[in-house]
Amino acid sequence: MPHDANTAVAGKAGNGRTLKLGTILHSPLVLPLAGLIVVSILMGLASDNFFSVANIFNVLRQVSIVGILAVGMTFVILTGGIDLSVGAVMALSGTICAGLVVNMGMPGVVGLLAGLLVGVGFGLFNGALVAWGKMPAIIVTLATMGIARGLGLIYSGGYPISGLPSWMSWFGIGRLWDIPVPVILMFIVYAVAWVLLQRTPFGRYVYAIGGNETAARLSGVKTRRVKLAIYAISGLTSAFAAVVLTGRLMSGQPNAGVGFELDAIAAVVLGGTSIAGGRGLILGTLIGAVLLGILNNGLNLMGINPYLQDVIKGFIILLAIYIGREWR
Amino acid sequence: MLELKGIKKSFGSIEVLHGVDLDVRAGEVHALLGENGAGKSTLMKVLCGIIRHSDGVIRIDGKECSFSNYDEAIAAGVGIVFQEFSLIPYLNAVENMFLAREIKTRFGLLDRAAMRRRAQEILQQLDVDISLHLPVASLSVAEQQFVEIAKALSLDARILILDEPTATLTPSEVEHLFKVIRELRKKGVAIVFISHHLEEIFQICDRITVLRDGEYIGTCNVSDVDNDGLVEMMVGRRIENSFPPKPGIAPDAARVLEVEEVQLKRGGPISSFFLREGEILGFAGLVGSGRTETALALLGAYPAARCKVKVDGVETRFAEPADGLAHGIGLLPESRKEQGLITSFSILQNVSLNNYGKYRKNTWFIDLKKELACTKDAMGQVSVKAEGPLSRVDTLSGGNQQKVVIARWINHDMKILIFDEPTRGIDVGAKAEIYLLMREFTAQGYSIVMISSELPEVIGMSDRVCVFRDGGIAATVEGADITSETVMTYATTGRPDHAA
Repeated sequence: MPHDANTAVAGKAGNGRTLKLGTILHSPLVLPLAGLIVVSILMGLASDNFFSVANIFNVLRQVSIVGILAVGMTFVILTGGIDLSVGAVMALSGTICAGLVVNMGMPGVVGLLAGLLVGVGFGLFNGALVAWGKMPAIIVTLATMGIARGLGLIYSGGYPISGLPSWMSWFGIGRLWDIPVPVILMFIVYAVAWVLLQRTPFGRYVYAIGGNETAARLSGVKTRRVKLAIYAISGLTSAFAAVVLTGRLMSGQPNAGVGFELDAIAAVVLGGTSIAGGRGLILGTLIGAVLLGILNNGLNLMGINPYLQDVIKGFIILLAIYIGREWR
Repeated sequence: MLELKGIKKSFGSIEVLHGVDLDVRAGEVHALLGENGAGKSTLMKVLCGIIRHSDGVIRIDGKECSFSNYDEAIAAGVGIVFQEFSLIPYLNAVENMFLAREIKTRFGLLDRAAMRRRAQEILQQLDVDISLHLPVASLSVAEQQFVEIAKALSLDARILILDEPTATLTPSEVEHLFKVIRELRKKGVAIVFISHHLEEIFQICDRITVLRDGEYIGTCNVSDVDNDGLVEMMVGRRIENSFPPKPGIAPDAARVLEVEEVQLKRGGPISSFFLREGEILGFAGLVGSGRTETALALLGAYPAARCKVKVDGVETRFAEPADGLAHGIGLLPESRKEQGLITSFSILQNVSLNNYGKYRKNTWFIDLKKELACTKDAMGQVSVKAEGPLSRVDTLSGGNQQKVVIARWINHDMKILIFDEPTRGIDVGAKAEIYLLMREFTAQGYSIVMISSELPEVIGMSDRVCVFRDGGIAATVEGADITSETVMTYATTGRPDHAA
């Protein structure tokens, strides 16, 4: 037996090169990246403006809000869960931030911090219900989506709250070294998420829970705590997206972000993350979000009817997932 | 009746079956033997049309066949009962038997009466009596297996493949299954019986075909070989005594784990036991007697009604497995794929999963270099055979997968290990290695609770044995009292002697 095993090892070692190529081809990033390149080229051919620096920054800036939401969503989906509340939590967070600053005269910093607290609070609430309450994530977050949306409308009476100090617009439309601030913020969020997922024990636990929650728990991973944390992270990124949104609109909008949770999910899935959990990369989500942004931008530049755009995007998502399914 | 000749199968450039023969006669039980990875499952999948062979012929009743899918194999009279059943848990036996082949009335509605009649007929032929309206999930494992067999027969299977049918059955259920098999044999069904339990093969089979590493080794009559001969055919060398000697435990050895009382369910029996340093304590008993639950309760992985535990003399409370980990108790679970491994992870990630404290850099980050070194070290200690620490665990054999889970706890320097069915579904060679490892561990000061359904294993390995019955410990035996007779008697009657 040991003898046979040795020869088996030797046989495989001889194929080292093909194995390496195989590994690269099977990286979950290959397909999203290929999709990104193909779509970019098509858009570039269709529109002269597409590859201009101004337009690329424009796309990234437009992507930033959904892009940030999708980071939290990636954590959640990697564990096999889902968070439908992100869009509504974002709106509530922005509304409360604006309300505190405009109506109650609090300093902007306090407003921003309160907004972040609202996001994390909702995330913890979601996480506690999923982890300790043992309720399905899709139902929990569907319910909290409604709660967050409703609270925002109650708090604001249904109207946007405007009149924020002008410096807050920096988060939404400011520039740093000529790069739009929202884009920088988005990249920072992605960088932090990458480190968390790839370099910390917490990241491994996230993948482990998505891969096999029972095994993770039985080997001593505190799975409930990890789940609580990932929903809190999703709440935090929602609130972070709210900062960008509030800065861009210069107001708290209780009706903002309707349907953004679906865009965020689409970005995650287009990025090659398995909806069943356990597999996927944060970099893929970034690619997925940018891909979605390019589609939006390109279809706009081509002057296609906005109603038709949704139809086209839907079919492109289906096609992408279909190809991804065949690939694995 | 069934003849496979020179079957070859390659996956990519790797040939896994190198020209295998198998011929099964009507009315015989033919054992297909071989270690894990010998090619048994691949061969059966070829026979069922689930995968296509690269070369060779399949003949049924002398007629050459080629199946491109399972349905064609079924049509030719081949039926298979997989190790993992393919029943829908919330449907009842009848619904399962006729799934996708429902009998319909003239109006296209389900003819439930006709299906029920047919199901009853078949089950009667098998001489089994099971509920037809309960969802199969509420039937016992053995009963579910009978439903699977009945399902195959309802499709007029004349060749029936049973893939490790006894793996999860209690001895009396195995007896019942054998009765059914004999019944089928009388009716002229050709049965291919795959099992790791050699004694079962001597009990029920007529002829044996042995595979090793995808190679056809030979076919012989059961009456012409003995246990050792078969093992030698399977592994290519004789395995002498597969159980290492018991070194003996000093009676005053420290009690590392003391369970003062554990009660699984309110109103159930209350048990107590202890584990000494360097000891292997066997948990024997029938499936469902509470062995696994008791062990899980120690870790906080099973919500017992009552559980009072002292680790190293200190009273401790466990709310979740992480607490067990914190107090030095590690678990090798019953089912390595569902409870032990993250199959999408590499060996490294699986081994280090619960021990990042060991290689934290600046408290937040994983020290990747140290992680790799520790993993290699742990792999070496339990001799995992793999390409490297970064190989994915789902590419490993069962025995090596099991060792990966063990390595996880060795890496963590756990003092107390709970091994639940440590050798289930792994081959003879790997079994012997695991036994040897267990003794090495105890020599190093580890203490092991071993839950096992295999009597020889319990007897060959344990320093003491707790025999479970109906949710509690019926008796604890040690030394010369550890015999199959005493253990079995306690397990089935709860009393020391049958006659008494």
